[in-house]
Order: sequence, then structure tokens, then C-alpha cells
Amino acid sequence: MNGIICKEGVAFRRRFAQGTMFSLFRIAAVINGAALLVVVYFLVARGWRAINWTFLSQPPMDSMSKGGILPCIVGTLCLSIGAIAVALPIGVASAIYLNEYARPGRSVRIIRLGINNLAGVPSVVFGLFGLAFFVVYLEMGVSILAGSLTLGAMTLPVIIGSTEEALRAVPDTYREASLGLGATKWQTIYRVVLPAALPGILTGTILGLSRAAGETAPIMFTAAVFYTPSLPTSIFDEIMALPYHIYVLATAGTEIEATRPLQYGTALVLIVLVLGLNLIAIIYRSRLRKKR
Amino acid sequence: MKIKGIAVPAFIVAALFTVNTAWAGSIVIKGSTTVLPIAQKVSEVYMKQNPDIKISISGGGSGNGMKALIDGSTDIADSSRFIKSKEVSLAVKNGIYPVPFAVAYDCIVPVLHPTNAIVNITMAQLKDIYMGKVKNWKEIGGPDRPVVVISRDTSSGTYEVWHKKVMKKERVFPGALLQASNGAVSQAVAKNKNAIGYIGLGYMSKDVKALMVNRIVGSADTTLDGTYPISRPLYMFTPGWPKGDVLNFINFVLNPEKGQKYVSEAGYVPLY
Amino acid sequence: MSKSKQTGKGRQKREKSIRIVFFGVALASITTLFLIALFLFMEGIPIFKDVTVIDFVFGKYWYPTDDPPAFGIFPLILASIAVTVVSSAISIPLGVLTALYLSEGASASVREWVKPVVELLAALPSVVIGFFGMVIVAPVLQETLNIPTGLNLFNASLMLAFMSIPTICSLSEDAIFSVPVELKEASLALGATRWETIARVIFPASISGICTAVILGMSRAMGETMVVLMVAGGATMIPTSLFDPVRPMPASIAAEMAEAPFQGEHYYALFATAIILFLFTLAFNVIAEQISHRYRQVGAATL
Repeated sequence: MNGIICKEGVAFRRRFAQGTMFSLFRIAAVINGAALLVVVYFLVARGWRAINWTFLSQPPMDSMSKGGILPCIVGTLCLSIGAIAVALPIGVASAIYLNEYARPGRSVRIIRLGINNLAGVPSVVFGLFGLAFFVVYLEMGVSILAGSLTLGAMTLPVIIGSTEEALRAVPDTYREASLGLGATKWQTIYRVVLPAALPGILTGTILGLSRAAGETAPIMFTAAVFYTPSLPTSIFDEIMALPYHIYVLATAGTEIEATRPLQYGTALVLIVLVLGLNLIAIIYRSRLRKKR
Repeated sequence: MKIKGIAVPAFIVAALFTVNTAWAGSIVIKGSTTVLPIAQKVSEVYMKQNPDIKISISGGGSGNGMKALIDGSTDIADSSRFIKSKEVSLAVKNGIYPVPFAVAYDCIVPVLHPTNAIVNITMAQLKDIYMGKVKNWKEIGGPDRPVVVISRDTSSGTYEVWHKKVMKKERVFPGALLQASNGAVSQAVAKNKNAIGYIGLGYMSKDVKALMVNRIVGSADTTLDGTYPISRPLYMFTPGWPKGDVLNFINFVLNPEKGQKYVSEAGYVPLY
Repeated sequence: MSKSKQTGKGRQKREKSIRIVFFGVALASITTLFLIALFLFMEGIPIFKDVTVIDFVFGKYWYPTDDPPAFGIFPLILASIAVTVVSSAISIPLGVLTALYLSEGASASVREWVKPVVELLAALPSVVIGFFGMVIVAPVLQETLNIPTGLNLFNASLMLAFMSIPTICSLSEDAIFSVPVELKEASLALGATRWETIARVIFPASISGICTAVILGMSRAMGETMVVLMVAGGATMIPTSLFDPVRPMPASIAAEMAEAPFQGEHYYALFATAIILFLFTLAFNVIAEQISHRYRQVGAATL
């Protein structure tokens, strides 16, 4: 047909191609959104019935088929806070060095290599490392301490990345003004740059918290156990944790079918925690960006 | 500055956390997932009667329990098999002399999905299935469905007994789906109408169907009188003769009026 | 503040020492990486006293508790590769297309809420996705496709794609975003449609960034543990069909680690498996870094 190759035909073909491709884009994005919604929907639909005050405030009872997940919630909180306590100082200091002090050269490349590769290490390898190093070699035993250190190592790249982004966003004019007034570099960082970057660092901390709360493999061998209904009293205690609890209830529990609603409930609590933290960080960050 | 304001209270909280409460007793139990329901049930009752004792239980398999016993990180090791000579020598090298206590009996029951019509199976057929020689259920008189074989990870005590008594030390074929615990096997079989698996008696539920082996039903009686071919004692090992809290707990478990009552409640075969 | 802290030499010395302290702390990440490698090797090398490297990597049978034990992880390695390849086949198109949509095809208001959705997808804990795959997707797969088991290679790849798509998408989006706007404007000024601009100008310009994103996504899929542990099936066989149950390396390590007698052969073998896994992901990361460095788009005039 003449229509396809004449001028109007070519124009039609190009518009058609564009329309198709852009529809494909939209379909891809919709699939992504749908994936998230499907997972959340199923968890909410099958899990909300399990959520009540008993569930959130009682330890598991009767071979875990009744009762609640209080020790898991407490354990997860301890571990995430512990992880941040480890990763935040080291991460912020590393980011400060990379962004404020370092001169481009070999040492910076090596450090960045370390960070990027650390970010790519599989979570089970972190777990094995935590086992071999913290639990056995440093003799911490299976404990909150070992688990926090392992999770802290995992969260370090997240903290470094977001802190660097926050530091970079502080305009150089701030630094120049401060130095111009006679302050030393450290004083500038401590009193001018860091406070300005604090909101961004906070965002990164929240993201790091959520990441640490959701990880299972690093704590499997270093901190979490199947059943210890009493709350931890020292950092050398073993604890239960939300992600590990889901795993054991679903695969290693003694009454898997009976505890199914509890599994959904625990998963729901976990994603509420994790997605909630992420939402807070996302909203906070977009507000920050708008302010600038 | 802001940072200082947070640092001081954080330090105090951290210091509080590191204070080890030395006066409350604590018992650490690790090991077999088969013994786990017993340990958990008994511990719940024990902790209610002795509120100042804190018990923490992990699963992970008999091998895990033995490992923890050897490196001294547990007070009691649950095991669904006897300790191996290699483990004994490793323990003795570390200065630990493992003491076994038989706390219950168990039989391993092959299970099918409830819709699978087969009710009896011979030991030879079990072995063939697990070696991968039987591909379809109709070959042994069942429905026309593919056979999906479910087994345990090779370091499980349950697997070891199966390996010794059913497989006669032959290897399970690589196409078997290996699960991490009795619970996982039970769940996998319950969800799959083509599957066969094996679980400890304590994990029997209405979601799976137990098979008779050589026309003998696996139960407390047939286990105790030895007629059921796949049964074994369940153990708790302690590093050396137990003392104090651990001794009290072990005595509680072995007591026919106390711990053993919960053994049968958990679905296992008590010692008496 | 006392006078000596404010003036000359004392001040300079303090600054210098502060700088050194920061440098020391910054070394923490590379030190940790080094320690990880060190301990992996320390606890993994002893197995090679009993098994040669070739036999270990290419051996077809994994029976670590047999007497005598067989330590061949070839089925595990193949399973990892298979699962990575299949999940990438799903996640690369979805991730890159979504990234293109976000940076070129969407209006600002749509972007505002699609981007957070993708980020939230990234935030889903792996155990929750594994749980979802095991409890909801597996029975559905088994019923509708009439296959022996729903816990298989395909299910695992599908769930893994869930996890890699956000990585690929956000990194690709960054790459596409950083293409200089002059290139886009020039192309449009010459009469190209938006799609043609994307296909022939923007995409080639950001290809290195997209490749980096893809490789990092694949690295994530290979290293992911909980999803494959709960969903891939756990059979130590070499997969012959898309619906065979498999046992990728991380799943094997996680499942067996708790049961391996401490510093026994099985323990060493699992650490050795972790070494292989670590080397794979390290290789992915190094390749990604090389690509992003060498083929970086610098300035608008070099296309």
C-alpha cells in the first residue's frame, strides 16, 4: 500500500511506534506498582485478623499457636537500634572524610571500592562472617551484640551513601563563608556543614533502620533463636526477631498450619514497620528537596 | 550541642543494658527440631512454675545441638540421634564429657497428601521411592500422578535414622526436595497432592495422611514394643553431669508425673 | 576556648589529627570487607585438604553428611546461575522500561507517586517476599500449570525479580537522568519524536549506567538468601526444566549452617561455598564498576 511509505504514512508509523513504546513503559510501571499492591493486599487481608493488643503485647504461648510476638518486636527494635548505633558514627565519619577531607587519588578510590563492594556482599555471607568473627572468634556468643555488629556492617553503605548525598547538598558558600570568618575546617564541619546536612542524615538513618529491621540471614546465626519468651536484659542475650520469627513459623515451626494466621500477622507487623519507616523517610526527603 | 544531648542518655541506656542479671537462672537449649516441641512445651510449663528461670530454645537440627555442646554454647543439646564418635572426640578435646538422657521415643511416619489413596507401603517401596526409582504413583498401586519426594537436610537427626533404617545407607537421590525441619516437610506434603515425606510422630496433623509400614501403624504402642520398623529414642545431652537449674529441668522432663505428661501431649511416646 | 586552641600551631596540629582520625574511620568499610574475605577463606580453605578445588566446584553430588561425604557444588552453582538468568530476563525489561517511563514518559505529578512505589517495593523485606512466594504463589503455580511442585526455579526467579527490579530501575533512572539535556533537545530540534530520541540518543548515551544497574541487579539476585531458601524447592539437582526444584548456593548455606558440626568438614564446605558465592558477587561488582568508569559519558560533545 502506498500509504505506509508516503510522507503521511511515515509520520503515522513513527507516531504509532511512539505510542506503542510509551504504552509499554506505562505497562511496566503499572506491573511494578501492582506487584507491591498485591503483596501488601494479601498480607493485610489475611493478617489483620491476627492483630490485636494481645498479639502485640504478649509472648508466644502454647507452642506458638497462641499468644503474641512481643519478644520479636522488642528483639527487632534492639537489633535495628544496635545496628544504627554501630553504623551511624562510622558511616557519618567515613562520609565526612570522603566528602570534606579527601583529595582525589588512590586512597579515595580504595575506600570507595570498599564501600561499593561491601554493599554488594550477599546477606548470608554477612551472616557467616558474623558467626565466624563476632560469635566465635571474639567470643561474643549468639547475642544482641553480635547481631547488631553484623547488621551494622550491612547497613554501613546505606548510611555512607545518604550522608554523602546530604553533605554534597550543603552549598559550598556555607563552607566558604565559615572559613572566611576564620574557622578551621573541623569547626566548619562541626558547626556549619553537619547541622545543615542533619535532615539528610536523618533520612538515611531511617532507611538504615528499616533495612536492618527486615534482614533475616545476618541474624540467623548471630542473634536470633527459635523461642525465648522473656525479654532481653543484657546485650549478651539471645533474642527473637520479627523476620526470623516469620521464617521459623513458616518453615520450622511445630504447628505450621495452625500458626498460619500468626505468620501473616507477624509479616503484616513487619511490613507496617518497614514500609512505615520508608514512607516517613521518603516524605521527609521530598519535603526537604522542595524546600531547596 | 544536639549530639551531646543524645550521647549522655544513650550511654546510660547502653550501660544499663550491659549489666548481666546474674541472679536469675537461665538455661540454653539447642538442637533437634524433632525434640523441639517437647522442649518447648515442657519449658513453658517449667517457666510458669519457676518464674525466675529463663529458658531459650533454638532449633537447627541435631548437628547444631551437638556443635553447641562441643563449643560450650548450650546447656542442653536436643538430639534425635545418638552422639557420633567424631563428636564425642571433639567434645572430649574441649574438655566436655557429653551425658545422654533419653527423654522420649519417637517413630518416623511416612506421610502422604490426604487425597492419595495408598494406605500401606513396604520398606522396600519406601527405599525405591527415595532412591528415585519410582516416578509415578501408579507404579505402586496409587493414582496416576508424578512422585514428588520430600526429604530432610542431610544433617538432620531424623534423616539419619531414615537413612539408616529405610535407605540402608543408600543415598537419597538428588531430585528430592530437602526441607529444613519436620514442620517444613509436613507443610510441603500437605500442600502437594503428589508428595511423600517423613515426619516425627509429634508432627502428625490432619493435613497429612500417615502410611502404615509393612501393615503396622506407627503409634506409641508399636514404637515401645519395637514392632514399628522406623523408631528411635530422643535424647537430651548435657555437658557433663547436670547441676543446679539444668539438673532440675532434666529431672522435670524425665518425671512421669510432670515432664513425661507433656511428652505425650506433644504427640510423642513417653518413656513409660 | 583557651588561647592555644585558637592560634597557629596548636590549631593546625589539632586539625591534622582530626583529619587522620576521620581517615582511619573511613577505612572501616574496606577493613570490614577485608575481614569478611579473610574469615571466609580461613574457615573455608580447610575443606580443600579433603577435596580438590576442581572436584568441589565441578562435582555433581552434594552429600555432605554421608560416609564418605561428597562435596560437589556444581548443582548449587548452576542453580544460582539459572535463577539469576531467569529472574534477570524478567527484571531487566521491567526495570529499564519503568526507568525510561519515570524519566522520559511520565509527567511530574505521576512521577511523584510512582517513584515512591518503586522505592517501597525495594523496602520489602526478603523474608516477606519469600513467605509470599511460598504460601500464595506456589500453590497457584502448582494448580494452574499442573506441575509436580510450586516450589521451583520459576517461582524463585519471579520472586527474585521483585527484589532486583527496584535496584535496576533506580540506578537506570539515575543514568538516564544524567544524560545532558542538550542531547535531548538537539535530537528533538532535528525533528525526532520523543520515542526516537529515547531509542537513538538517550538510551545509547546512558547505556553504561544501565549496564551497571543491570549487573548490580543480577548480583543482588544471585546473593539473595531468604527468597531462594523458602521458595526454590531445595533439591540438589541440576535443573532440566524451568519448573524443577533447585537449591542455589545461598539457600544451601543458610539451611545447613545451623546443623553443621562446628569446624567439621561440612562446616568448612559451607564456608567454601560462601567463598565461591562471594567471588561471584565480587566479580559482578568489579565488572559493573569497570563499565561505569570506562564508558562514562563525559560532556555532551563526546557522543
